[in-house]
Amino acid sequence: MPAYDVLIIGAGLAGQRAALAAAQTGATVGVVSKVHPVRSHSVAAAGGINAALNPEDSWESHAFDTVKGSDYLGDQDAIEIMCREAPDELLWLEHAGVTFHRDGTGHLGTRAFGGASAARTYYVADITGQAILHVLYEQLLKHHAQLDRYEEWFTTDLVVGDEGQCVGAICRDLRDGRLELINAKAVILASGGAGQVYRPTTNGLIVTGDGIAQACRVGAKLMDMEMVQYHPTTLSGNGLLITEGARGEGAWLLNAEGDRFMEEYAPNKLELASRDVVSRAEQTEIMEGRGFPDGTVALDVTKVPRRRTLEALREIVNIGRDFAGVDITREPIHIRPGNHYIMGGVKTDVDGQTTVPGLYAAGEVACVSVHGGNRLGANSLLDTLVFGRRSGESAARRALRMPMPSTPSACLTDTQRALAAILRRRGNGSRIGAIKKELGDTMNEYVAVFRDAEGLAKAHQIVRRLKEEAAGAAIDDHGSVFNQDVIAAIELSYMLEVAETIVIAAEERKESRGAQYRTDFPERNDADWLKHVDISLDGGPEPKVSYSPVTITRWQPEERTY
Amino acid sequence: MPEYTLRIRRFDPLSGEAAYWDEHFIEMEEHNSVLDGILKVKDEKDGSIGIRCSCQQGICGSCAVRINGKPGLACNTHLEEAAHRGHGVGWNPPAPDDTSSGEGLKLPEIMVEPMGNMPVIRDLIVDMDAVHWRKIQRVTPWLINREPVPEREYIVPHANMVDVTQPMSCIQCGACVSDCLSMEIDPLFIGPAALAKAYRFVGDPRDAQHRERLFDLAEDPHGIYDCTHCFNCVDACPKGVDPMNQIMRLRRIAGTDYDIEDRNNGYRHEHAFVKNIRRNGLLHESDLLADSYGGKFNPAAGRELVSSLPTGIKGLARRKMTPKTALMHPHKAPKPVSQTFDRIEGRDQRVELNLYVSGYEDDEPADETESEERR
Repeated sequence: MPAYDVLIIGAGLAGQRAALAAAQTGATVGVVSKVHPVRSHSVAAAGGINAALNPEDSWESHAFDTVKGSDYLGDQDAIEIMCREAPDELLWLEHAGVTFHRDGTGHLGTRAFGGASAARTYYVADITGQAILHVLYEQLLKHHAQLDRYEEWFTTDLVVGDEGQCVGAICRDLRDGRLELINAKAVILASGGAGQVYRPTTNGLIVTGDGIAQACRVGAKLMDMEMVQYHPTTLSGNGLLITEGARGEGAWLLNAEGDRFMEEYAPNKLELASRDVVSRAEQTEIMEGRGFPDGTVALDVTKVPRRRTLEALREIVNIGRDFAGVDITREPIHIRPGNHYIMGGVKTDVDGQTTVPGLYAAGEVACVSVHGGNRLGANSLLDTLVFGRRSGESAARRALRMPMPSTPSACLTDTQRALAAILRRRGNGSRIGAIKKELGDTMNEYVAVFRDAEGLAKAHQIVRRLKEEAAGAAIDDHGSVFNQDVIAAIELSYMLEVAETIVIAAEERKESRGAQYRTDFPERNDADWLKHVDISLDGGPEPKVSYSPVTITRWQPEERTY
Repeated sequence: MPEYTLRIRRFDPLSGEAAYWDEHFIEMEEHNSVLDGILKVKDEKDGSIGIRCSCQQGICGSCAVRINGKPGLACNTHLEEAAHRGHGVGWNPPAPDDTSSGEGLKLPEIMVEPMGNMPVIRDLIVDMDAVHWRKIQRVTPWLINREPVPEREYIVPHANMVDVTQPMSCIQCGACVSDCLSMEIDPLFIGPAALAKAYRFVGDPRDAQHRERLFDLAEDPHGIYDCTHCFNCVDACPKGVDPMNQIMRLRRIAGTDYDIEDRNNGYRHEHAFVKNIRRNGLLHESDLLADSYGGKFNPAAGRELVSSLPTGIKGLARRKMTPKTALMHPHKAPKPVSQTFDRIEGRDQRVELNLYVSGYEDDEPADETESEERR
C-alpha cells in the first residue's frame, strides 16, 4: 500500500501548486488525477490573474473590489490574505517561467477586468490558465524525485479512520482497472468545480463535482452552494467561453437594436461591471424582447484593434471561427449568459482545512469563502494558487508531526463490491447520457440567473427522481482497460448529489444576493441573510442546512452599484 | 440534417480479437464536431467506445485522433469538413467493407482512428506516456533561471514573450507526433512537440542555458538535425504552433548565433544545401554529400565518399545521375539567384516569420517593435 505524508486529489492549478508547496515543506507527496494533469480544466482559464503589484495599486483596493464583487458574502479575513499574498504569488509564477506578456518597458503588462477599480489582471494572451498550468507541470517534472504522480487514476472514495479523520483515498488505475488504497496523513481535495451539473456549461466533461460529493459523503460541510456563476459571454449553442478579456480589451455588448445596453444597468463600469450584474442585464434584455431570435445579445470585438485581438485574444478568434463560424475581428458574435463557475464548495478555513480533520480543499472545489455571492474575473486563478499553496504547506506541517494513521480494514473490499455491482449492470436501465442531459437542462432552466420557489421545488423533485434512475443506469462496458462507462456512472452519482445541495441552498436563501437572484425575493436582505448557508449530511442520509456568520473586518455592507 | 457514416477503429486488448472498424450512422448538423458525433453514439448506443476528451473547445488537448487519415482534434473538426478533407501523407484507407455497401446511396464517410507513432491502449486511446511525454522530458522542460533572479519580475522585451507564446500555446495533444515521418523511421527522434517545447526555453530571455540546450539538441543524433522538413507537423497542429518552424529556428540559432558545429554534420550539411543552390541555382545532389564535408577534394570528405559509394553506385544504376553529372557542374545559377542571396545575407538583422505574432497574411505590415527580429 503506497503511503504519503500528503495525498493530493486533482492536478489542476490548485492541486499542482499544493503539491509543490507540500514537497517544498519537506513532505512526501502523491498526486492523483483522473486525467493527465495538463488536461485539467484550469487549462481553459483564459483572461488572467489579479494582483495589486503596481506601486499605484494597493491590496486594499483589490480586497475592497473583491468584497463588493462578492455582494458582501465573502469572508473578509480570507479576502485580505488572498489579496495581500497575490503579488508574491504572481512573482513566484514569473520566476517559475510563466511567459506573462509585458508592457512597452519590459515590465509585466496588465489588462482591465470586470469589477476591478484598477487594471491589475496579468495575462499570457488569452491562454493564461494554460500557460500557468503547463509551467506548473514543468515544475512537477523538475521535482519528480519528491513527488509521485498518479496520472489517469480515478478517486472513488475518501477513506476515514476510526476517529473520523481522513486517512487516505481509494483510487482506480484507469489503464488496467486496478484499485489501490493510498494511505496518507493528510488529503487535499483539488478536484475542481461541478459545471457539468448544468447544460450547457463552459466547463469540460471532466468537471463533475467529484470532490464536493466525496467530501460531503465523509461528513464535511459545504458552504454557499447556491452561488453558481453565469458568465456573461458564452456561445449560444454549446456554451463555450468567450473570455472577459475581450471586454477588458474594449469590446462592447449590444442588443438586437444596436444599443449599448450596459449604459442602463451599470453607467460607470459598463461592460466591466461584475459578472452577476452583466449576466442579469443580458438576460433581462433577452427576456424583454431586445435580444436576437436565437436568445442572445451581441459582443462586438471589432472595437478592439485587429492586431491587438490577434495578439492578445487569439484563442477566442479560434473559438469564433471553429465553433460559431464568425470572424470576431470583423463582425459581432452572438453570446448569452452561461454556467461557468461555482463560488460554493467544501467549507474550509484560510489554510484549506475542512470540517473533517486531515481533509483539506483548495481551488474551485473549496469555499474559503473569497468569492462570496459572485466571483470577480481573474480572481479564480489567484484563489487556486494562493490557497493551493497554503493548503499544501499546512497539510505538510500537520503531516510532519504525526505518525501514519491506520486505515479501516474493510474499506477496499467495500469499494470493490460497489464497483462490481456497477459492472454487473446491463443495458436495460436509463442511459447515463439521458439522465445527465435531463439534469443539465433542469438546472439551467430553474437554478440559473433568475430563480423562484416554484421552479426550485420542481428542480428538487426532478433531481430526486434522477438519483433513483441513476442507481440502475445502463452499463455497456464490463472490461477493466479504460472503462469510461463505469467512471461515468460514478461521476453521475457525484453530479446528482452536488445538484441536490445547490437546489437546497438556493431554496433556503430567501433573498437576492450575488448570483442568487430570487424573483420572489428580489432585494438583498442583510438583516436576515448576511450569513453563509452550510449543508452537511450530519450522519444521516439527507442533507441538512445550518448557518455560519460572514467574517467582516473593515468593509461594512453598502449598496452595490457599478 | 445531413447523414454521415462514422467508422470508429476499435480495439480491446483483453478480448483476444484484432482491431476492427465499428460502423455507425449519425444524423447531425454539418458544423457539429467529430467528437460530437462520437459522443452521441457513446451516449445513445454504446458506452464502451474509448476516447479521451474534456473541454470540447480545442484547449485541453485530450481528443487528438486521426480523422480520414489526418491527425487533429476531434472536437474542433467539423463533420462536413472531415468528410471531405484530403488524406494525410502515407495513409492507406481500409479496403471497402462488404457490409457497408448499402442500396446505392453512399453517405459521406468519416473514419476515426487512434494516432500513429504511439502504442494503442484501447480504441482511440494511445499511450502518450511511452512516447510523447518521454520525449518532452528529454528536453529539460523547465526554466533554468538566469542569475541573479530579480526581486521582482525579469525585465524582458514584450516581443520575446509574445514570440514564445507560439510554442507555449502547444496543448500537448500529440497530433504532430502522430504523423511525424522522421519519427516513423527513427523512433528515437526527439520529435516536433518536444523540440517546439525546447524553443520555448531557447527563445525565453530568462533562461540561463541557451547554449547548453542548443549544443545538447544539435549533438544528439536524434535531435534538431533529424527533422526532414516534411511539414506533416505543421499541417497537423491544431494550434498554429508550427513545430517544424521552431525546429528550424533552433537550427539557425545554434548554427549562426552560437556557431555550434555538431558531430552529426547537421550544420555543415544544411550549409552545403545553401551553397549548392547558390552555385547551381537548383539542387545538384551529387555535390551535396561532398559539400557537407568540405568539398570533393577535401580529405575529410574522402572517407565519407567511400562509405557512401554503394549509394552512389545505386544512383548511377538507376540513372539518377551519370558519371558526367556526378563530376561536372551541368548548371550555373542565373544572376537573380545570387542577387537574392546577396540581398538576404546583406541584412543586418534576421527576420523571422512568426504568424502567431504577425497575424494573417492579409494583415497590414507589422511595425518595428512588434515584429519578431533577433539580434
